[in-house]
Amino acid sequence: MRPMSSIPWFRLASPASFFPLARRLVPWFSAGAAVLAVAGLWLGLLVAPTDAQQGDAYRIIFIHVPAAWMSMFIYIVMAFWCAVSLTFNTRLAAMLAQALAPTGAMFTVLALITGAMWGKPAWGTYWAWDARMTSELILLFLYFGYMALRNAIDDPRRADRASAVLALVGAVNVPIIYFSVKWWNTLHQGASVSMTSAPTMAVQMLTGMLVMAFAAWFYAIAITLIRVQAIIVEREKNARWIGELLPRTR
Amino acid sequence: MTRDLRLAIRSKAELGVQLLFYVIVVTLFPLAVGAEPTLLRALGPGVLWVAALLASLLSLPRIFAADFADGSLEQLALSTHPLPALISGKIAAHWMSTGLPLAVASPILGAQFGLTTDEGWLLALGLLMGTPTLSLLGAIGAALTLGLRAGGGLLALLILPLYVPILIFGAGSIEAVRAGLGASAQLSLLAAALLATLVGAPLAAAAAVRIALD
Repeated sequence: MRPMSSIPWFRLASPASFFPLARRLVPWFSAGAAVLAVAGLWLGLLVAPTDAQQGDAYRIIFIHVPAAWMSMFIYIVMAFWCAVSLTFNTRLAAMLAQALAPTGAMFTVLALITGAMWGKPAWGTYWAWDARMTSELILLFLYFGYMALRNAIDDPRRADRASAVLALVGAVNVPIIYFSVKWWNTLHQGASVSMTSAPTMAVQMLTGMLVMAFAAWFYAIAITLIRVQAIIVEREKNARWIGELLPRTR
Repeated sequence: MTRDLRLAIRSKAELGVQLLFYVIVVTLFPLAVGAEPTLLRALGPGVLWVAALLASLLSLPRIFAADFADGSLEQLALSTHPLPALISGKIAAHWMSTGLPLAVASPILGAQFGLTTDEGWLLALGLLMGTPTLSLLGAIGAALTLGLRAGGGLLALLILPLYVPILIFGAGSIEAVRAGLGASAQLSLLAAALLATLVGAPLAAAAAVRIALD
């Protein structure tokens, strides 16, 4: 591996040089996501044994758990790029954060829906005010707030900076919200079913879940790179290099 | 800050509206769910706290809007004093004209919900410690949405998720006393949240104001 200093970070921070790179990377990550998803689903749906207590209903975890992981992780990555964009004042970092938000919100919705679908056979209810579910719902509101603030501001540079401040305030709050909700839940004697005390998992189940998590990773990277290209073209459409690269936009 | 406070006191109409809004929202609940005393007693702390959150939210645009419109916010940003300190002053004035009267009035409203005297004092104490945090967090949202078309609804979407912990600790303090646990843990957490936002929120709000002024 090359030492960090020899990678041209600052050159890549320019949209003009990042655009072709993103374009070249997209097919690789898309293909990776497809291969991993097929492998993960094969492991999860055909190889992994049926659960002794929950039957086949548990198999939704191969979607649910990766989606829940991604929903939280993408928020952290988004907040990281927001911090970079505020400190170094780079346009590309803000564009990446902007491109990540819809994917993060999508995974949050997916986690909530699959959670409800799993909750019905496992707990007998679609929705319980469980600590994790409630904080996941609040996380969704944070994503929506970020996107709504971006959309409300016409000037893209102001939108970058204002939404970055919001994402960072949100990132500081996420753990506080999680613990406050968890504590509120124990005070209210909430659902008696706990996911943390689940019986130990079969190896195939765990492998399937991890492979699906990597598939979600690759998908998220691919879709973000596609979206960031669209954002670059939209915001830099008057730059000369765009005209040379994509003559039809003129 | 004294100027803001004087402005707030002289415009008695606005000050009253704030408090009346709180009283009316609280009054709506018995009308909606019925006047069953045990039910009201169970709902009371939650209703009084949610109404406080909404009243705080309603008044947030006032922190900066007028100064932004007439350009004095720009003058503040250009002054030699550090902007976060000036903004802290504005937030303090906002709290004294909104959160403080609300906390003072809350034991009376609590009595209508069958809260005991001790619970009423606890409610007032919790609001006294919680509402400054609401003003501080809200100032960030108010600064971020300065001059935007989608003002009010957007502000609610940005700020209410951040209010969640305060609501939980505040309403939870009364629940804890009823469960025989004592409220010191919740009150300590409210105090911790207040101290943390006291340091962090003016900085974030100042950054947001500078972005809005660009």
